[in-house]
Amino acid sequence: MISSRRSFLKIGLAGAAMLAAGGLIYRQFQPAPQRFVLDDSGRSMLAAVIPAMLGSALPQAAAERTASIAQAVEQVRLAILGLPLAAQKEVQDLFNLLSLAPARRLLAGIPPWEEASAAQVADFLQGWRMHRLTLLQGAYHALHDLIAGSWYAQPAHWQAIGYPGPMKELS
Amino acid sequence: MAQENRIPDPIAAGLASGWQVVDAATLTGARTIEADVAIIGSGAGGGVTAEILALAGLKVLIVEEGALKSSRDFKMREADAYPALYQESAARKTRDKAINILQGRTVGGSTTVNWTSSFRTPPATLAFWQREFGLRDYTQEALAPWFAMMERRLHIADWPTPPNTNNDLLRQGADKLGIPTAAIRRNVNGCWNLGYCGMGCPTNAKQSMLVTTIPSALKHGATLLTHARAERLVWQGDRAESLLCTALGPDGIVPTGQHVVVRARHFVVAGGAINSPALLLRSRAPDPHSLLGRRTFLHPTVISAGRFAQKVEGFAGAPQTVYSDHFLETQAIDGPVGFKLEVPPLHPVLFSTTMAGFGEVHAETMRQFPHIHATLALLRDGFHEDSRGGRVHLRGDGSAELDYTMSPVLWDGARRALLAMAEIQFAAGALTVTPVHEQARAYASWAEAREAIAALPMKPMQTRVASAHVMGGCAMSGDERSGVVDGAGRYRGLANVSVHDGSLFPTSIGANPQLSIYGITARLASGLAQQLTGRPAPRLEA
Repeated sequence: MISSRRSFLKIGLAGAAMLAAGGLIYRQFQPAPQRFVLDDSGRSMLAAVIPAMLGSALPQAAAERTASIAQAVEQVRLAILGLPLAAQKEVQDLFNLLSLAPARRLLAGIPPWEEASAAQVADFLQGWRMHRLTLLQGAYHALHDLIAGSWYAQPAHWQAIGYPGPMKELS
Repeated sequence: MAQENRIPDPIAAGLASGWQVVDAATLTGARTIEADVAIIGSGAGGGVTAEILALAGLKVLIVEEGALKSSRDFKMREADAYPALYQESAARKTRDKAINILQGRTVGGSTTVNWTSSFRTPPATLAFWQREFGLRDYTQEALAPWFAMMERRLHIADWPTPPNTNNDLLRQGADKLGIPTAAIRRNVNGCWNLGYCGMGCPTNAKQSMLVTTIPSALKHGATLLTHARAERLVWQGDRAESLLCTALGPDGIVPTGQHVVVRARHFVVAGGAINSPALLLRSRAPDPHSLLGRRTFLHPTVISAGRFAQKVEGFAGAPQTVYSDHFLETQAIDGPVGFKLEVPPLHPVLFSTTMAGFGEVHAETMRQFPHIHATLALLRDGFHEDSRGGRVHLRGDGSAELDYTMSPVLWDGARRALLAMAEIQFAAGALTVTPVHEQARAYASWAEAREAIAALPMKPMQTRVASAHVMGGCAMSGDERSGVVDGAGRYRGLANVSVHDGSLFPTSIGANPQLSIYGITARLASGLAQQLTGRPAPRLEA
């Protein structure tokens, strides 16, 4: 994944301009604050990013894993819908950007999400996490917190981390 | 439902007894509400003010953006609690996204979701205000009766139950190093020691505004308006003539299209130290010295996680019961930034989003969850001349945002705090210590951690910073050039507007601010009651 790492180092300000332009273009079609909408390309992005973010917290068996990822995508969508409209719009801009082929290649160094390997996605996350542009670091944090937070909010995932959950009689 | 049988629900009982509560989400047409005093916000400042003014015989209206919830709604689940009870779903951030801010947004405000820690305003903080901001009446002696009154009213007292392991490890580690610790006083009555204070108290033990002053105000004829976002005050000369509110739907997110006009003789702004300056900015309140929204302070908080051989189970038991002021008291208040050490509760969402890293590293950290001890350091902001806080500004849509940058003196404090916490955790027997930082990892010895922390870049987004305390932005001062509000809480240049919340404070407090807000706003509200009624204000009873 050395080539994708290099592309990170090159993007610099062009990347930031593109991120800003992505938002601008999007906003022209969405004048009033709207609720977040998760389209198919957003789902593909999340389905690729969630396993890289959660590591072995996800089950390994294929069928169970596929179902878990689908559930996690839905939980992230619901978490975003709990944010104020201004924040929903920022997340929408980020998702749209990561769906846009040129931006995805330039900013994330990723082929179409369905074709990205686990290592490529991990490289993308690490690249944004340590990026010198705080805008991209902030986008990494948003993905980190939305995915980790909505996964570990689920009672089904508590036993694996030794959390008994609240007192049954009161919850 | 067994719960309803066992735990009385004062909110349900109050509503049944005829409290006047208007849920703006249900309105189908324009509405005007009149009152003697309209209070914007129902947290520590708004709640106390509402009770005092209602007992004084004034017709009070409380305006709250969040919803009215009660013990039966508090199910101790983060997935429900954060979107329902917190500003911006507990994901409110500074403009650069580098600091996560926890503030309540529900009836009772942050008092409904805080961790119960109760400290009087530190004497050194008051002395600084007297000296630097001309607040000559803000002496320890003058405020003591007000703190004492609110301590009685809210059951603030020593808490006899032994600390949970999470808190006790802070005490043990500090003891080994000769660092003094003490017990935190709490505002609880009949506490079950569950550990879920941050999700709303399911047993009504926490003496938040939700179960104390607001029910009392409603019993004395106050009206509560919920799901109402205060947009702006409308002026007539130097008087606020009305307040325009937008009705939010039941989700608290999307406006319904309906509006409420509030008319009152007097307006008390108590929306907290981001929303209060924002409301006054949207209203274009007079601000000849360009002070409004400036000097908005946090207690920027850095976190250290230690892994122990034994189970810690930081999710069980009262969340904050042990603290140390050693690193505040051993240095000058306006010198290198000091910090207060406390222990946060650990729950899966809070923990998983706070711990840095992703993939295998993160999954492994999560599997250690029951063995993790966390400690945190609250940096005392606003005393050093290079610690000037941030600025509340308005986004294009009029919503509030805090532009706040950590200054080099704060980063210096953050590094010293991470060092101190790691040393304490190793002294308490930690197997590894992980400073919460994107470039840190689990260190196996104090020597290794000391060397690594000394070299970690202290930068936004790399060092994880959070804050649960926002203060300032509508500072009070004896001098109009350093505060938009005077020492009596009255907004300068306006005849009928007061500010009663943490936005008054000209610096951070250097301690969890709830009792500072209770005591100081009780005094301000009593002065206001006397002025509006011509009679001495009522004293609050337990």
